Amino acid sequence: MDVNSLAPLLVAVPLASAAVLLLLGRRSDRWGHWLGLLASTAAFVVGALLLVELLGRPADQRSVDVHLFDWISAGRFDLSAGLLVDPLSLTFVLLVTFVGSLIHLYSVAYMAHDAARRRFFAYLNLFVAAMLLLVLADSYLLLFVGWEGVGLASYLLIGFWNHRTPYAVAAKKAFVANRVGDLGLLIALMLMLATFGAVDFASVSAGIDGGLASTATLTAMGLLLLLAACGKSAQFPLQSWLGDAMAGPTPVSALIHAATMVTAGVYLIVRSAPVFEGAPTAQLVVTIVGAITLVFGAIVGCAKDDIKKALAASTMSQIGYMVLAAGLGPVGYAFAIFHLVTHGFFKAGMFLGAGSVMHGMDDQTDMRRFGALRRYMVVTWVTLGLGWLAILGIPPFSGFWSKDKIIESAFVVPEVGGEWRAWLFGAVALIGAGITAFYMSRLFFMTFHGKKRWTRDADGHEPHPHESPALMTIPMIVLAVGSAGLGFVLQAGGFTTWLEPVTGHVEHHEPVLPVLVIQVVTLLAVVVGLALAWRQYASLPVPETAPEGSALTRAARVDLYQDAVNDAVLVEPGRHLTRSLVYGDRTAVDGAFTGLGRLTVGIGELVRRVQTGYARQYAATMLLGLVVLAAVVLVPRI
Amino acid sequence: MTLTNYLVLSGILFSIGAATVLLRRNAIIVFMGVELMLNATNLALVTFSRLHGDLTGQVMAFFVMVVAAAEVVVGLAIIVSIFRTRKSASVDDINLLKS
Repeated sequence: MDVNSLAPLLVAVPLASAAVLLLLGRRSDRWGHWLGLLASTAAFVVGALLLVELLGRPADQRSVDVHLFDWISAGRFDLSAGLLVDPLSLTFVLLVTFVGSLIHLYSVAYMAHDAARRRFFAYLNLFVAAMLLLVLADSYLLLFVGWEGVGLASYLLIGFWNHRTPYAVAAKKAFVANRVGDLGLLIALMLMLATFGAVDFASVSAGIDGGLASTATLTAMGLLLLLAACGKSAQFPLQSWLGDAMAGPTPVSALIHAATMVTAGVYLIVRSAPVFEGAPTAQLVVTIVGAITLVFGAIVGCAKDDIKKALAASTMSQIGYMVLAAGLGPVGYAFAIFHLVTHGFFKAGMFLGAGSVMHGMDDQTDMRRFGALRRYMVVTWVTLGLGWLAILGIPPFSGFWSKDKIIESAFVVPEVGGEWRAWLFGAVALIGAGITAFYMSRLFFMTFHGKKRWTRDADGHEPHPHESPALMTIPMIVLAVGSAGLGFVLQAGGFTTWLEPVTGHVEHHEPVLPVLVIQVVTLLAVVVGLALAWRQYASLPVPETAPEGSALTRAARVDLYQDAVNDAVLVEPGRHLTRSLVYGDRTAVDGAFTGLGRLTVGIGELVRRVQTGYARQYAATMLLGLVVLAAVVLVPRI
Repeated sequence: MTLTNYLVLSGILFSIGAATVLLRRNAIIVFMGVELMLNATNLALVTFSRLHGDLTGQVMAFFVMVVAAAEVVVGLAIIVSIFRTRKSASVDDINLLKS
């Protein structure tokens, strides 16, 4: 088995499965979900085989470009479709297929009562195929195909229960926000074609090394790529769709809107490292966007009572960490990807846990209506608890190994730029860790600790929380084990060294503060956040309806007015523009044409009067005309 | 006798024909008016032929005669068929195309 024959299977297998499920329709209802699971697992097995193959090679030969076919060939322009198998893409492949397969398994039970389960699995497979194409593509154009593919799958899955209008609206919102980012990627593609005459990673990198692009061009390219990343990864200012995207079924939130798709933006930035290396301004903007989103998401997360929306805000914030790290340059690339992998595990695990809680509580999502669930759902409590410890960054759980590294890197003085950057971004990352500890503990304590605050139905029916079936708990347990141990294993296994062929080797930089001090202060911030949350949400009683709260709380509850701002700045002017355009069309354009028609009809009406039907009158007209003609000819001669 | 007299006579005949066409309702009489106008024209053409001393005018007159003969045939046929269907030869009754 060699890489060339294996790599295309990664995309082909889930795609074929999706096609079968969609084309066969209802006939595959009985076994469709198992086919979906099989396809995803098969992709994981292929990925594992590729890993073994790559590990058997020396580090500098671990990048294999698999040529698929000549795509576009026109004159001097030549573009072939190919897959790039290297440590970075393979890391993503394994994350997507492993977490994806677990979530497929979970969905078998979670969606068991849904009539359209087979269609759900078809979309999930479509997503896996598109995501793998995205990360395996060897050119920006093929990446764009995958990019759009995951956008489509995300849209279909957010709106999976589209018979409920708010869900369909949420899907549309996600789609539109993503389109804004896609526009950035599209223009960046055109800019690359104009500058380098090629869009594959190798040529772009070579072109930059060869000095084909000025710094200004690279900055524009970098900012456009960042726009694309912001759209896909829900970064400021295109973040508003992620909270609403929780309308999708919980496994979708776990797979697409926590573990994989939303991290595609981070992948894009890391993959475009050569572009950003040549554009320090763009790089700084990346860092700033990451820092803003990190704090933004954390603040929003503190105020949300919906368990899924709190997790979504947390996802946004954690991806903010990754983008911040990616903006730091080679010093941060490896840690961005490291955090991405561990985050993929613990956040997916926590989403699955949230799904399990909802499953047991009659689809209730309001955390103020949970409480004291730890005795009723032990497995969920433990697995979600491990994820919670991981995201807090408590040693030795996963998050500690990745997030602390990012905070340390943020404290490193960059090669270009002043020392203030190290202090600013370091402090933001550190404070973010404290807020993260607060809101995640809040979520955990409100759900599992304190007193019962369960709702009663109108008929007095009380929910009977129960542990979910094994098909759901097994993936949760596996992900929880990952949340607990993966960070240490990857750290010990030399994950950052494994990525070096792509991210480049970096000499160790000393942060402005000693590493130990940073670690201790971070841990201190985390403990403070945790203690505050314990006092507020575990020892003190939690009100069943949210208190009014301070101005900041109220603002955070409505996502810091991001929808209001979007409405005021974009939606309303857009609506007015379309309305005035429609008005202009009706009056000016349509008016001109209907006016022309009316004019013709009016002239016709007038001329019609002449046609009386009396032959003698016609004869008189002819004679008169003749006389006039003769007069015109003869009179001047007299 | 000058040639002018012929032209005057031609003008008078033409005017009589035109008046007949415009004023009479009976299709046969209108037709006769048309014939009178054509023959007045013929007279003018022949007079001009004489005036110029060549045969062009006479040739034209022959053409007019041929056309007039054909026209009489077709016109009379139409009048007869209209009379058969509508029991009237009045030109004012022929107004089916008027909505």
